[in-house]
Amino acid sequence: MSRKFPGSWGWIRMSRIDSAFQRLRRKGEKGLITFITACDPDPDVTERLVPAMERAGADLVELGVPFSDPMADGPVIQRASQRALERGTTLPEILALVKRLRTRTEIPLVLMSYYNPVLQYGLGAFAADAAAAGVDGLIVPDLPVEESGPLLEETAKHGLDLIPFAAPTSTPERLARTAEVARGFIYCVSLTGVTGMRRELPPHIEEFITRVRKHCAQPLAIGFGISNPEQAARMARLGDAVIVGSAIVNLVEQYQADPDLLVEKVGDLVRQIKEAITLSSSIRTIGQPTT
Amino acid sequence: MSLPDRNGHFGIFGGRFVPETLMPALEELTLEYEKARQDPAFQEELRYYLKHYAGRPSPLYYAERLTRRLGGAKIYLKREDLNHTGSHKINNTLGQALLARRMGKRRLIAETGAGQHGVATATVAAMFGMACDVYMGEEDIRRQKLNVYRMRLLGARVVPVASGSGTLKDAMNEAIRDWVTNVETTHYLLGSVGGPHPYPMMVRDFQSVIGEEVKEQILEMEGRLPDCLVACVGGGSNAMGIFYPFLDDPVGLFGAEAAGRGLETGLHAATLTAGRIGVLHGALSYLLQDEHGQVLTAHSVSAGLDYPGVGPEHSYLKETGRASYTAITDNEALEAFKLLSETEGIIPALESAHAVALAAKLAPEMGAEQIMVINLSGRGDKDVPEVSRILGVD
Repeated sequence: MSRKFPGSWGWIRMSRIDSAFQRLRRKGEKGLITFITACDPDPDVTERLVPAMERAGADLVELGVPFSDPMADGPVIQRASQRALERGTTLPEILALVKRLRTRTEIPLVLMSYYNPVLQYGLGAFAADAAAAGVDGLIVPDLPVEESGPLLEETAKHGLDLIPFAAPTSTPERLARTAEVARGFIYCVSLTGVTGMRRELPPHIEEFITRVRKHCAQPLAIGFGISNPEQAARMARLGDAVIVGSAIVNLVEQYQADPDLLVEKVGDLVRQIKEAITLSSSIRTIGQPTT
Repeated sequence: MSLPDRNGHFGIFGGRFVPETLMPALEELTLEYEKARQDPAFQEELRYYLKHYAGRPSPLYYAERLTRRLGGAKIYLKREDLNHTGSHKINNTLGQALLARRMGKRRLIAETGAGQHGVATATVAAMFGMACDVYMGEEDIRRQKLNVYRMRLLGARVVPVASGSGTLKDAMNEAIRDWVTNVETTHYLLGSVGGPHPYPMMVRDFQSVIGEEVKEQILEMEGRLPDCLVACVGGGSNAMGIFYPFLDDPVGLFGAEAAGRGLETGLHAATLTAGRIGVLHGALSYLLQDEHGQVLTAHSVSAGLDYPGVGPEHSYLKETGRASYTAITDNEALEAFKLLSETEGIIPALESAHAVALAAKLAPEMGAEQIMVINLSGRGDKDVPEVSRILGVD
């Protein structure tokens, strides 16, 4: 949901996502976006994890809407989706969860959903209900710019940011088109592939991010394959934020039987990653004068 | 206007609902396919392989005993079962393999349900010297052992898929995940008229050789067009292949979907009959799904029809009323399997047996002067062990 702030051009809309990135920029810091699948293994755990991740330094939280056929996801998030679906998780239930979270936190919340659950909910109804619940943005991995018109119309109406992807394979024409419609930030996929932890980060990432920068003025968040503090620090130097998903979801899977320990372990990982990111941004500030 | 439009839409259906990573590859594929389509050398080479390698044209056979048994329309069988590899699938895999070669891709991947498309892909990969990985659900591997062995013999790697229901839909998820990872070196040889644009159009075009031949053959044998065409529909490639050249003719188009154990049991694959519009595997089309948009597991005795989606052009043909679709139960298909074997000495694939079962319902309602063509999309050798297990023939 967006709120209105007085700006130099009169009253402008400023979403939680925009203000989060502005705040980071002012401080010369890079952001950390954390992903968990909503209601994995149950809503209570999600309700505890979001504030815990915020306390540990997350700047924005992505909640995955489970889907039966997650074709852009690797095994870790596939299994999380499966766990959430097996207990009967639905999109209305996730919106109710967001509403509860909103009484406790102002952290930007973004839903990541494949297109079909949103389409079946109804595009207009979804945008209205999500905004009312306190969702700030939406990421739809199987909705390229070409097909996003109808959803974009609805999300714009309700002040939700529809966040598009840029991939290493994206052509200049496609990046230019993405820049035209992107709101909030652009999700830069670090590699050609599905979500999941990788030992090595792709070699051409720097060139890719430079290419995206040339076309897009929006903040760039880099995701896919980033699973430890070192990798996150390296990626944070290139983008405005890094997205960590599978590494966290992996902990959820590992410690699902013990929610207290689970929340602690996730908090530890998020804290370590955030510290590494902050350290690397400050090194950069010392080493390279800002322009 | 010819469909699909520039972005791959058939009315509201079709399109491209895939991750951004794949979009440039789909754009390139569309462009290269358009060029190939207009290139006489490409068409000539494809015709050469279809004739000398696949054995086309396939016969159009007057099924006299079946006609007499059913007591109505005069029934012809389009014998796609006689193609090399035993089904219509080779028409498409030859076309796409030539296209992949033209695009400099050295590796093919495919999804398969019954294994017919997997075998046809492994076959062209062997012939053109390309690497080949075929994704196949674990449940399908169990019930289609013969085809698994054939693929391995042809040098392909068969990758078992355990996720979800272990059938065609899950194999397709896995093939897409492979493609998104290896998109720069790999061509995804999709086997049906589903998936993102340009696949529904391209696969239809490569399969249209079936309908074009039928047209020529029936004019030669009967001096007129048939009154109706009957084909089975899983994803719908053999049906689109025979329907497409007749879309503007006064010819009835009938598709047989899998009703599995019966529509009322929920254990079926009757996407067009019992589904709702949704998005799966890159296209907007009819889909078996629950109220929250989760895709349901399909059921059919025939592995090739065991899919909760359907090609978007079929959704369009249903919506416009140009074609009609009927659900056929496992039992009806098994009866038709026996019927065709006994009357004509032809053992049909269980998929094609669904078309025969629908024909057995339609033909008696028609006059003796009317003509029906059944697309016999594949042969049934692969199904004999499963059928004998179910019917207890051993």
